Amino acid sequence: MYSFRLYVAGQTERSLTAQSNLRGLCESRLQDRYELEIVDATEQPGMAEEQRILATPTVVRLAPLPQQRVIGDLSDHRRAAYALGLPDVAEPHHLTGDEQ
Amino acid sequence: MTESSGIERCSTGISGFDRMALGGLPLGRAALVTGTTGSGKTLFAVEFLARGILHTDARGVFVTFEETPSDIRRNFASLGFPIERWESEGKWVFVDASAGILEEAPVIGAYDFGGLVARIGHAVRTIGATRVSLDSLGSVFTRFADLGIVRHEVARIADALQQIGVTAVVTAERSNEYDHISRYGVEEFVLDNVIILRNVLEHERRRRTVEIVKLRGAPHRTGEWLFTIDPEDGIVVIPLAFLTPRGQASLTRVSSGNAGLDEMCGGGFFEDATILLTGPSGSGKTLTSLKFMASAVAAGEPCLVFAFDETREQLGRNAAGWGIDLDAMETSGLLYVVCDYPEVASLEDHFLRIRRAIEEFKPDRLVIDSVSALERIVSPRALLDFVIALGAVVRQHGVTTLLTSAPSGRFTPLLTPAIAAEIASLTDVTIALCYFEREGEVQRAIGVLQTRGSAHDPSVRHVTIDAQGMHIGERLIGTGFLAGLPGTLAWPAAQPGSQGPSAR
Repeated sequence: MYSFRLYVAGQTERSLTAQSNLRGLCESRLQDRYELEIVDATEQPGMAEEQRILATPTVVRLAPLPQQRVIGDLSDHRRAAYALGLPDVAEPHHLTGDEQ
Repeated sequence: MTESSGIERCSTGISGFDRMALGGLPLGRAALVTGTTGSGKTLFAVEFLARGILHTDARGVFVTFEETPSDIRRNFASLGFPIERWESEGKWVFVDASAGILEEAPVIGAYDFGGLVARIGHAVRTIGATRVSLDSLGSVFTRFADLGIVRHEVARIADALQQIGVTAVVTAERSNEYDHISRYGVEEFVLDNVIILRNVLEHERRRRTVEIVKLRGAPHRTGEWLFTIDPEDGIVVIPLAFLTPRGQASLTRVSSGNAGLDEMCGGGFFEDATILLTGPSGSGKTLTSLKFMASAVAAGEPCLVFAFDETREQLGRNAAGWGIDLDAMETSGLLYVVCDYPEVASLEDHFLRIRRAIEEFKPDRLVIDSVSALERIVSPRALLDFVIALGAVVRQHGVTTLLTSAPSGRFTPLLTPAIAAEIASLTDVTIALCYFEREGEVQRAIGVLQTRGSAHDPSVRHVTIDAQGMHIGERLIGTGFLAGLPGTLAWPAAQPGSQGPSAR
């Protein structure tokens, strides 16, 4: 099971782009094996503080461990999938094992 | 807020800085403080919050990009800043933006610093902060490669801080002391207020200066100002030319301790005078200083002495040679002698020690023997600054001050280097001693070059020194004294070495 938390700052175009990019990636590669929580730092600054979020959007892969994080709107799907350790589309059960 | 009446200021509480900034930083604005590594940027940022808490109960948010909060708590505890306690009292909050390994992340696509801005805003609201420090932006630039974005985001942070209504100090790195204001050449364009801290090695000595480059069009003092980092007081800007207007000039005179010299100066020194005594080594400067101390103590006036040429033992022995008991004078509580080698501290630190001693001991008289010894540790220009700064302090406290100065060589001209002439122009009384040669003997001569606000004896007189001290004798004829080439000096008729009419 994958668990992601996406930190954004306000409902800006950039936030929405990041959300749709991340959802798209997860849908295509994980189907229903993931959960995604969106945190708006302007509304829940305490949570941003907890994860020491500097830049937004930032996605944090909470599970599986170790945590991974990626900054940006994830517009490059291939790199984003790689950085977040998502399985390839063709081999849904294969983990890349990439840990930076 | 009317611009014509000047913008509102936020007093930083950093010693001397607010005077330099004519009140402080523009209220509700962000100021950029740049400097090289070790220039004191972090200290400035920390003090800005700490002094706010200590002086005006202003709460502060510290955004740290480089050091961890625990580093900062620990590093500044020695300055008497109980940051941890302030945190528990809700007076200080950290926003930790330091780069932990966990936070290292690849950048894929567009981003901004909205998360950080939200965290800062949250912290400010949580404790009701009016001050924010960000230290330092440099590390943001190294972590985020896209300068365009970072520049834009710095502007955004500055805007956000302004909207929140806090006064902020934002620090940034510089690569060179006299080059671009900040390493990435961008921060200064987005902030209206720019301050540069410099840390220059000069003559193998550290010389720290602070300069206000711009202050949102508001008036401020220009130029570089010396500052030091004091283990107790933190940043202390040396108030060099804060020339406090001279108060009512005193007409009361005090004795130099030498009747002949008093006579030459028109009846002693005015009690608020600064006297410069120049002369080569061995010509009688320290003797004159000792007599000046003794006369102070005899008059019941506390006297503070900084001796840079001799150890306390040497000074005591010299004094004993003239019948002056330094130990007894110290025991009386009227004399306080500090003997130090100039090399033990920077000029700024010497200045602070002297100022602190003046404030604590509250002397009526001050002797510095010799100012020129300090030339060993700084440039003449810095020494001149020192004398100006000292002048302001002694004037403020109404201390009769005797400064001695030696030209570099025993037989070199009196008023070299040129800086000595400049120093002389800052003092009220200038007295010169020199050697000259006559009939196979080395002789001494003395002349009073100026006494502000008083007539003085313009003649160059013969000086003899014996076990009783210095005796000012008859008037000499000849030329060259002022030029420092007293080769033709001679006495009209009497025997060489004989005691003159004014000798006592």
